[in-house]
Amino acid sequence: MPYTVEDLIARLGGPDAAAERLGVSTEAIRKWRQSRAIPARHWPALIAATGIELADLPGAARPAESAPGPDQPPPGATAVLVLADGSRFWGRGFGAHTGTEPPVGEVCFTTSMTGYQETLTDPSYAGQIITFTFPHIGNVGANEEDVEAANIAARGLITAADITAPSNWRAQSHLDAWLAARGVSGIAGIDTRALTLRIRDGGPPTGVICYPADGRFDLAALEARAAAWPGLEGMDLAREVTCRQTYTWDQTLWSWPEGYGRLEHPRFHVVAIDYGAKRNILRALAAAGCRVTVVPATATAEEILAHRPDGIFLSNGPGDPAATGEYAVPVIRELLARELPLFGICLGHQLLALALGARTFKMARGHRGANQPVKDLTTGQVEITSQNHGFAVDPDTLPAEAEVTHISLFDGTNEGFALRNRPVFSVQYHPEASPGPSDSRHLFRRFVSLMER
Amino acid sequence: MIERAEDRQKFRDAMAAIGIESPKSQIAHTMEEARAALAAIGLPAVIRPSFTLGGTGGGIAYNREEFERIAAGGLAASPVSEILVEESVVGWKEFEMEVVRDRADNCIIVCSIENVDPMGIHTGDSITVAPALTLTDKEYQRMRDASIACLRAIGVDTGGSNVQFAINPADGRMLIIEMNPRVSRSSALASKATGFPIAKIAAKLAVGYTLDELANDITKTTPASFEPTIDYVVVKIPRFTFEKFPGTPALLTTSMKSVGEAMAIGRSFAEALQKGLRSMETGLDGLDEVTPPGDGGLDAFRAALSTPRPDRLLMAAQALRAGIAPEEIHRATRFDPWFIAELERIVAAEREIKAAGLPEEPHAFRRLKALGFSDARLARLSGRTLAEVEALRRRLGVHPVYKRIDTCAGEFASATPYLYSTYATGYGEPHCEAEPSARRKVVILGGGPNRIGQGIEFDYCCVHAAYALREAGFETIMINCNPETVSTDFDTSDRLYFEPLTAEDVINVIRRESESGELMGCIVQYGGQTPLKLSQALARAGIPILGTSAEAIDIAEDRERFQQLLRKLSLLQPENGIARSAAEAEQVAERIGYPVVIRPSYVLGGRAMEIVHDRQALARYMREAVVVSGESPVLIDRYLADAIEVDVDCLADGRNVYVAGVMEHIEEAGIHSGDSACALPPYSLSPALVAELRAETEALARALGVVGLMNVQYAIKGEAIYVLEVNPRASRTVPFVAKATGVPLAKLGALAMAGIPFDPASLRGEAIRHVAVKEAVFPFARFPNVDVLLGPEMKSTGEVMGLDVSFERAFLKAQLAAGVNLPAEGTVFLSVKDADKEALVPLARRLAEMGFRLLATRGTAARLREAGLAVTTVNKVLEGRPHCVDAIRSGEVDLVINTVAGAQAVSDSFDIRRSALNYGVPHFTTIAGARAAVHAIAERRAGTLEVRPLQGYF
Repeated sequence: MPYTVEDLIARLGGPDAAAERLGVSTEAIRKWRQSRAIPARHWPALIAATGIELADLPGAARPAESAPGPDQPPPGATAVLVLADGSRFWGRGFGAHTGTEPPVGEVCFTTSMTGYQETLTDPSYAGQIITFTFPHIGNVGANEEDVEAANIAARGLITAADITAPSNWRAQSHLDAWLAARGVSGIAGIDTRALTLRIRDGGPPTGVICYPADGRFDLAALEARAAAWPGLEGMDLAREVTCRQTYTWDQTLWSWPEGYGRLEHPRFHVVAIDYGAKRNILRALAAAGCRVTVVPATATAEEILAHRPDGIFLSNGPGDPAATGEYAVPVIRELLARELPLFGICLGHQLLALALGARTFKMARGHRGANQPVKDLTTGQVEITSQNHGFAVDPDTLPAEAEVTHISLFDGTNEGFALRNRPVFSVQYHPEASPGPSDSRHLFRRFVSLMER
Repeated sequence: MIERAEDRQKFRDAMAAIGIESPKSQIAHTMEEARAALAAIGLPAVIRPSFTLGGTGGGIAYNREEFERIAAGGLAASPVSEILVEESVVGWKEFEMEVVRDRADNCIIVCSIENVDPMGIHTGDSITVAPALTLTDKEYQRMRDASIACLRAIGVDTGGSNVQFAINPADGRMLIIEMNPRVSRSSALASKATGFPIAKIAAKLAVGYTLDELANDITKTTPASFEPTIDYVVVKIPRFTFEKFPGTPALLTTSMKSVGEAMAIGRSFAEALQKGLRSMETGLDGLDEVTPPGDGGLDAFRAALSTPRPDRLLMAAQALRAGIAPEEIHRATRFDPWFIAELERIVAAEREIKAAGLPEEPHAFRRLKALGFSDARLARLSGRTLAEVEALRRRLGVHPVYKRIDTCAGEFASATPYLYSTYATGYGEPHCEAEPSARRKVVILGGGPNRIGQGIEFDYCCVHAAYALREAGFETIMINCNPETVSTDFDTSDRLYFEPLTAEDVINVIRRESESGELMGCIVQYGGQTPLKLSQALARAGIPILGTSAEAIDIAEDRERFQQLLRKLSLLQPENGIARSAAEAEQVAERIGYPVVIRPSYVLGGRAMEIVHDRQALARYMREAVVVSGESPVLIDRYLADAIEVDVDCLADGRNVYVAGVMEHIEEAGIHSGDSACALPPYSLSPALVAELRAETEALARALGVVGLMNVQYAIKGEAIYVLEVNPRASRTVPFVAKATGVPLAKLGALAMAGIPFDPASLRGEAIRHVAVKEAVFPFARFPNVDVLLGPEMKSTGEVMGLDVSFERAFLKAQLAAGVNLPAEGTVFLSVKDADKEALVPLARRLAEMGFRLLATRGTAARLREAGLAVTTVNKVLEGRPHCVDAIRSGEVDLVINTVAGAQAVSDSFDIRRSALNYGVPHFTTIAGARAAVHAIAERRAGTLEVRPLQGYF
């Protein structure tokens, strides 16, 4: 269905912002709202400002009907998701239009009901198209604070319901506009539950989202594009999302009403190796009293040690740990030899395991959500955790000096280990949450306590 | 621990200690202190006087002048001259968190709930949504952390709790409002909404299990120590019965007034909302039009929307239809703009249908259905007939699919068929997870939302049907939409469809289920009037009805056919007639003579039923109380004054009839049977009369060909037995009879419907040696200006049962259970209508003999003195002070017996009954009730009551 005048105004950030962006008076906006129509002479400016199509304007003709491509979408559909096996799901596109090279990636799902903006900006989703199992996405809009990285690493997103106008005091823009501005495409109107069950039972497929500005679809070409994608196994994606230069971090965790804080009196200095780090990890480290120096994934041990750190942190990140391990493992081995306190999360956990001689494997079913129960075997306590991983550590291959400390209560897979005689530990899940519960924040304090010794 | 949660100040202190903010408040004893408090708190402010009943003398002040006035009034009203000045959070967003904790301190949030209605409206009276939809993750986690910290601080070691928050929509400020350290109404809702059975898990935690030791009942493969995540939207809508309590404005406040609720599930808020609205059984097909207020202009809408009434959401949609801007609606209602935007999507689609008609393209049609539109609603909007819309939908191949509620959004395979319908999204063919089995199956239709006249009694029957038929080897399929019931537990039946009980929704489910296995049929006679009303539509759709035929149901429901049946069986009926217009009604009433009982056809719970004494009253009734039409006439019966009413429940399997229970009402005919106390076995009827009642019941069951259960209501005047009505379905009294006699009526009835006969020789229920008394429980305390007098319109919301070896003792126990503590000594206030004065004398004498002091109004006192009793006269309210109400209010009265006749007398004595209620003084408004009470008091003085388990009586 076309956007209503109200939708469009909301998308532009309200009546005042709309007037300003379109170069018209607020009186004109008021008239549009009253008449529920926008005169045609304003359409070009409107399309430029909102990134929507002519077809979506109230009262405009639909290009899909006037300019059929090789494959005709069902009425109302403006985008398609095509999987490598040829199955296709029609829907409505949002965000940015796809160009000549529509985004291709592994289609995964996340069951988290909140925090879509944090999820989308989590660099660990590089190479992936995210299916949100919760139907309404976009309710709270987008803001500048709830981001885990400067850019969106995910290749696209899939939702059940159309993106709605934002309703939250923290919202600064419409999710649709926010995505469009970042060149990310999404498709709504998909039976996401059917897709989820399919991923659950058949493993994550490769898919392509196509949301062409001209409404022309070539399904065979899309299928070929999906089929040609090599898949995540063996893919080193950390290199794509890591920082280019070393930088320092002192922002602390979000709280109401202050927002993010600053670390005033650092007690320790931590070097974090950025394989695709989420900012909330850095914030949690800063909140625990650590000045953080973030180095690129390819930094050498020498470069790292030159910062004279009190502790080393191995970040989360995307892709196959074995591929990233090729250059990361030797560095980690050198660092381990220095007996420095070391803490790893997610990909960092897997890389640490590889450095200790263990193996990782691609899981038949990844863990992605904010409700994942993890048991701390050392205390017996159950924590509800945020997770996002498709590879796991094979605990049977860990060396004797490693003690398994955490397991998933969903499938028993490894969620953490610690070394018996060295100040080294890591977890597969995300104690920094964002999105998700903060039950495991204490791990950052544990890391600091290792530095206190 | 419980005190820490329930005592406001202690709770506030406990929360402050862990850094969780409560609304600001300050206590004041003088106006100076009050002004100082206001300076600290700001406007608007809530003023609550201490120690006044029902919060009288308080209010919300929006400006200084109002504050001065209310604060002064509050200080005057408080006996200790104390008021609490509190920050007002009216209009803020309201959220709830359902938390479960185990002894190892593992905490999980089962469900978050967002109230569409803002703060200021009790959450039980609010439309609510799960999960919370308008929180960012940072805010949600903050609330989650606060909920868990709250449980730890209050000391809930194991079990479920509900924590409520208010959020200022402008800046996200979060206040904790309260916590309930127990399972609550919301936890029942959360359990149904997520598939995580909170009470069941909490019970296991209480005996020492930890969450990780318990299995997730739905997946069977994962543990209970996780947080359910859902991939659908749940909407709960409260059901009100203000129409039953004239005198109470239909205003929603912080005191709960709803009597039930429906829950609906969809893949979008719009779909869930419209399903929820048609689940209410208030005649809605979805987001229906309502009459615009006043002149339909902006100001009229603004005024209507700023008053929290039960239909406010519908009014908001109506305002959108009238072109009123969403911001205006938000300002007036404080509904979150997100919800208003969703209403707009529905209204925009309506507009398109009205302009362009229904789409002839399947995807576009599916998209409309995915917004939750029922076929009936689409028919209305497009100006087509329902049959045309159904045919179009079928021609286009647009059918709902069924998705599973699995606690995990599909992450794990679900072993449990807990299903809801959706039309999904409307661009492709959605996937259906119903997977109907190849078994022999029976569909049981539940009762829908609880309301007065139809409550959990019917759910009891449905649940027992499910148990019995499952045991007998059938696959049981439940359809219901009431989250407060056992029937909507996913493990009560083999398969559960959480769906509205409309013909469209039910037929869709049954069609899908019929695709595999053998559908034996559908049970419509256990869920009360709700499913019974669907029987004709189901029969037309070719769906077999189990048990008593749709034809027999029609005979019992159709006045004229029913009369013919009674004539054939030579049974008596009060003289009666049927009228389709005011003029006809007058003719009928003239023919049978006043007073008459008048009511609309096809109702339950005596809705709009009245006893009319003269022509004027009849005219008023026809004008104001009912909408009559050719299809829904009114029924007029002669009113049998002072008759004894009797309820009989029976069971039949097509060959044998078993009369399960004969219940004698304590209040006379004219009081709705649901509001009357009753005794099983009868306590005053002769054995010959009881035998005759049994014989008549059996004759009726045979004549109607009842298979299953049947209830007959009789009135006995002298030796004559009149049949009042026959209900060829499970009645409200089935659970009572089953518990009183030890015969599992509902189970046997269900088996009979499935073709499994019962053995009459094995049923010896009538041979009980004890007496069971049922007493009704009323919600009057919640409706401040309502008279507690009983009448033909049912008003009770629940019932209790007392069991003992004699009628008197059983009655006493029933009173105690209903919260009526009959006095053993003290003062009785007596004021009865002339017709009751003779009957009062022996009661008063008995009371005096027991040492009660008698206090009576002039007329009553005179008659008692004539009978030689010592009585103190007290003024009626109109006779000057001090009067009888003063006596009640100052605690000088321990029992009130007050009967009245005539509108004037009723209104004059209103204060007597209302103050008796407010001050907790046992009161009886019928002589029959008073008589039973006096006997019970004698029994109470005679000795202590004993406790025995129910099983001990058999």
